[in-house]
Amino acid sequence: MVAVNLWSGLRALADGQEVVEVEGETVGQILDALVAAYPGLAPAIARGVSVSVDGQIIANNRHVKVAPDAEVFLLQRLYAG
Amino acid sequence: MSKIHVNTTVNGDEVEYLCDPRETLLDCLRDRVGLTGAKEGCGTGDCGACSVTLDGRLVCSCLVLGAEAEGKEITTIEGMATGDELHPLQRKFIEHAALQCGVCTPGILVAAKALLEKNPDPTETEMRYWLAGNLCRCTGYDKIIRAVMDAAQEMREAS
Amino acid sequence: MALDSDTQKFKYIGTRPDRPDGLDKVTGRARFGADFSMPGMLHGAILRSPHAHAKIVKIDTTRALALKGVKSVVTRADFPTGLTGEDWNIQENVMAGEKALYDGHAVAAVAATSALIARDALKLIDVTYEVLPHVTDVDKAMAEGAPVIREGAADYSVPEGLHPNIVRYMDSGRGDLEAGFAAADLVLEESYKTEAAHQGYIEPHACVGQLGADGKGELWCCTQGHWFVRQMCTAVLGLEATQLRVTPSEIGGGFGGKTTVFIDPVALALSRKANRPVKIVMSRSEVLRATGPTSSASMDIKMGMTKEGKITAASGTFRMQGGAFPGAPVDVTTMLAFANYDIEHVHHIGYDVMTNRPKQAAYRAPGAPMGAFAVESMLDELCRQLGLDPIDTRLKNAVKEGTRATFGPKFPPVGLIETLEAAKAHPHYATPLGPNQGRGVASGYWMNWGGETSASVAVGEDGTVQVSIGTPDIGGSRASMALMAAEAFGVPYENVRVNIADTGTLGINEPTHGSRATFASGLATVEAAKEAIGKLCKRAADKWGIDADAVTWEDGFAKPSGPNAGEYPPLSIAEIAAEMGSTGGPISGHFESSPDGFGGSFGTHIVDLEVDPETGRSTILRYLVVQDAGKAIHPAYVEGQFQGGAVQGIGWALNEEYIYGEDGCLQNPIFLDYRVPVASDLPMIDTVIVEVANPGHPYGVRGVGETGITPPLPAVANAVRDAIGVRMTQLPLTPPRVLTAIKGRG
Repeated sequence: MVAVNLWSGLRALADGQEVVEVEGETVGQILDALVAAYPGLAPAIARGVSVSVDGQIIANNRHVKVAPDAEVFLLQRLYAG
Repeated sequence: MSKIHVNTTVNGDEVEYLCDPRETLLDCLRDRVGLTGAKEGCGTGDCGACSVTLDGRLVCSCLVLGAEAEGKEITTIEGMATGDELHPLQRKFIEHAALQCGVCTPGILVAAKALLEKNPDPTETEMRYWLAGNLCRCTGYDKIIRAVMDAAQEMREAS
Repeated sequence: MALDSDTQKFKYIGTRPDRPDGLDKVTGRARFGADFSMPGMLHGAILRSPHAHAKIVKIDTTRALALKGVKSVVTRADFPTGLTGEDWNIQENVMAGEKALYDGHAVAAVAATSALIARDALKLIDVTYEVLPHVTDVDKAMAEGAPVIREGAADYSVPEGLHPNIVRYMDSGRGDLEAGFAAADLVLEESYKTEAAHQGYIEPHACVGQLGADGKGELWCCTQGHWFVRQMCTAVLGLEATQLRVTPSEIGGGFGGKTTVFIDPVALALSRKANRPVKIVMSRSEVLRATGPTSSASMDIKMGMTKEGKITAASGTFRMQGGAFPGAPVDVTTMLAFANYDIEHVHHIGYDVMTNRPKQAAYRAPGAPMGAFAVESMLDELCRQLGLDPIDTRLKNAVKEGTRATFGPKFPPVGLIETLEAAKAHPHYATPLGPNQGRGVASGYWMNWGGETSASVAVGEDGTVQVSIGTPDIGGSRASMALMAAEAFGVPYENVRVNIADTGTLGINEPTHGSRATFASGLATVEAAKEAIGKLCKRAADKWGIDADAVTWEDGFAKPSGPNAGEYPPLSIAEIAAEMGSTGGPISGHFESSPDGFGGSFGTHIVDLEVDPETGRSTILRYLVVQDAGKAIHPAYVEGQFQGGAVQGIGWALNEEYIYGEDGCLQNPIFLDYRVPVASDLPMIDTVIVEVANPGHPYGVRGVGETGITPPLPAVANAVRDAIGVRMTQLPLTPPRVLTAIKGRG
C-alpha cells in the first residue's frame, strides 16, 4: 500500500482524509486506484495532476514506478511558462 | 493611388523603388530593397529597432516616409561590416554576449555607431541616454553598455 | 540521467565561447518571423473588436470581398465546430464566436495582395455589435451582479454559489493555523495588488502560413515552441497533426508569450481559402491589446513571527484574473507563495477569475512574481517591526535539502541558503546609503521543468558533429547545447553545429519555456551523443577485431580500454567518420524523454534606489542578483538571464501596468505609454552565480531563466519602503503613487 497525500481542497472528496492508502506499483496505477476508491476525485485527476514521489516531482508520467514505502504527494498539474 | 518612384542611396549603393505614399522608409527597406535588418518593433518611434541613418542623422525609419528617401543617403545595419570584416562594435557585441534574442541588436548597433562618430569617448551616462531610444527586453542593457564602452576604447586606441 | 560524477572537471563547459548565431545577429542577416516571404504571398490583416464586451449580431463581408486585391475573408464560420476544453478556448480566442470578449478580440480577417489593401479592406467589413456591460477588475468580476463572461466555465473545484466568473478554486495547506499564529510574537495582515504586465518582447508576432485544400500545410513563425503551434493550429482548424510542418524562425523574445497561438490559425485559414500563402504581422498595439499579458492579482496575506525571527504560520488568499478564459496561474501562485520557507502551519486559497481582458499567457515564472511581491513584502515588514535583519531572518527560515515544502514533498538539494549567504557577504550589502535612498532584499524561486524532448546527433563526414534539437534559441542556448555536445564527444566547440529542427524532423518537443531548454534539450543531446559514441566505439572495435566493450571514448578518440584489450593507436572521430560509408554506414544517435529530475532555482536580490521627494520617481542605484544555476554551462548567458529577469521585474515594479478605461478598452497599447525600462533607467546589474549541483542532470544543470523575475517586485517595494518610510502595497510604484504616499505620511 502506498500513502498518498492529498491537498486540502481534495479532502472533502475523499471522506475528509488527508492521507489515503491505495495499491499501486506505478503512478498511473495509484491514480486509477484513488479514483476507484473515491470516485469524487475523478474530475480532479482527469483534469490532470502532478505527483511528487519521495521529493522527486513527476510532472506527467503514468509509468514511473513507485516503491511501497514511498512518500507520494498529489500536486496541481504543473506546466511551464 | 499611383506609386511614387524613388531614387536613393543605401549603404553606398544606388537603389530605386516604387512605393505607396503611405509606406514608411522601414517598409521600403524591408519589402522593396530586400534589407530586413531593420525591424519593426512598434511602428511609433518608441523602440528604435528600425534605426538607420538618413544623411548622417540617426532616425527611426518607421517615422520616415519611403518617399522622403529621394536623393538621400541611408545607412543600415547591412552596411556596417566591410565585406567579411566586422565593425568593432559588432565584434564586441559577440564577445561580451551583448545580445540574447538579437532582434534589437541591429538598431542598437546603428545607434551606437552614430554615437561614437559624434562622441568617441562618451561616459556611461551619456551612452545610456543616447541609447534610451533603443529598447531591449532581454539583456537589461548591462552587457550592451559594456560592449559599446569596450568598442569605443578600441576605436579610440586605433585612431 | 543522474549527475555523472560528484566532482567534474570540464574542458568546454563553463567557458565563454562566441555563440554560433552571433555573426548573423550582428549583421542583420538572421531571419526573424517577419523576415520571411514565399512566392505568391498575400498579406493578412485582422479586424478587432473595439468593445470590451459585445454580442456579435452580424458580420457582413460583402464590401471587403469586393475590394480589388482582396483574395479571401474569414470569420469564425470558417473554423470547425465541436472543440472542447483548452482547444475550444484557443479557438474562441483566435477568432471570436458569439461574443467579442475583450477590446481587441479578433472578429474577422482578410488576405490581400498588399498589407495596405488588407488594412483598407478591414474598414469595409460591417460588424453589428450589441454592446454589453463589461468588467476588467478581478475583485469586481467576482462580486454579485458582475457581468457574466461565460456561463458554465467553472470546473469541479468551484464551490456552489460563487459567481460564474470564478472558474477554478484551490485550497491547500497543512497544520493548525490558529495554534501557529498564537505562537507568534507578531502577526501582520495586509492586502496587496499587482496589475497585468506584458512580456514586452520587441518582436511582434509574425507568420507565413500556407494551407492547401488537401489539408497539407507549412507554417513559418516566430515561436518558443513549434510543436505546440502545430498541435494548436491543427486542433483549431481540424487538421491532422503531422500534415502541418512548422518551422521556427529566429525569435525576437518570448518570455512565455510566444508559447501559444494568436495569428497562425488565421493565416492558415485565409491561405486555405485563397489557395496562396498568407503573411500576418501584428502591430505593437495589436500585441499589447490582443496577445497574452499576465494576470492581475489581488491578495491577502497573514503571517506570524517570533521575536527571534522564526515564521510560525502563514496564510494567503490569492485572486487572479486571466482574461476571458480560465487559466490564471493561481495554482502556481499558491504553490510557491511561501515556498522559500520552512513553515509548519500554512494555508493557501486561490481563485481563477474571468474578466473582459485578453487571454493571459505565460510570462516568465507565471504566477510566482505576484505571490513573491505579497509574501516578501510582508516578511520585510515583519523584520522591520521586530528590528531584525532581512537576510538573517530569511536564513533562519530558509528551506534546504530535506525540508518539507509548503506544498507538501521534501526538497531535494537546493541553493537558497547559498544565495542568501553570498548576498550577505557581497560588498553591496555594506554600501552606505544617503538621504532619500533605500535598500530592499527579497528571495524567490521557480521549480523549472522537464517536458517532452527529442534530440538527435549525427557525425559528419569530416568528423565534425551536428546536433538537431527542437527548442528554439531565445537566449543563446545553441551555444550551451554545442558546449555540452563538445564535452560529450570530446571535440572542440567549433566542430559542433546546432540546428533547431522543424516539426517534420524530430519527435515532439515542448517549447523553450519553463527554463527547460538547457536542462532537457541538453540532457537529450548528451544522451544522444552517448548513443553515437557507442557506435563510434563499435566501428573502432570492429576495425581492431576486439569486443565493443573493450573500447572507451576519450577526448574525441576511441581507445582500447586497457592493456588487456590490446595495443592499438587511438582512432579519432575524424578517422572513423572518413570510413563510415564503408564500415557500416552513417553514425548518429537520438534520445527522447520527458525528463524528471529538473531542479528548482532559488535567487536572492538586493536593490538600492533613491526616491525623488518632489516627483516620486525612483532611480535604481545598485542591483545585485545572486542565483543558483546548478552548473553554469555558458556563464555569460546565465548572467544574461539573471540581468534580463531582474530588469523585467524592475519594470513591473516601477512602471508597467495595463490601464483600462471606463469603457473597458486598453488605454496604453503602445510603448510610449506602456513604459518598459530603458538604458538610462538602470545601472549595471551585478551578478553572482551560485552552483549547487542538480542531481537530476548529467552536468548538474538547473534552469535559470525564470527565477530572476520573482525577487525584483518585492525587493524594489522593500527598497521604496526603506527610502520613504511608507509601505506601498499596490504595484506599479509609479511616480504619482509614490508622491501621494510621500505627501500622506505627515
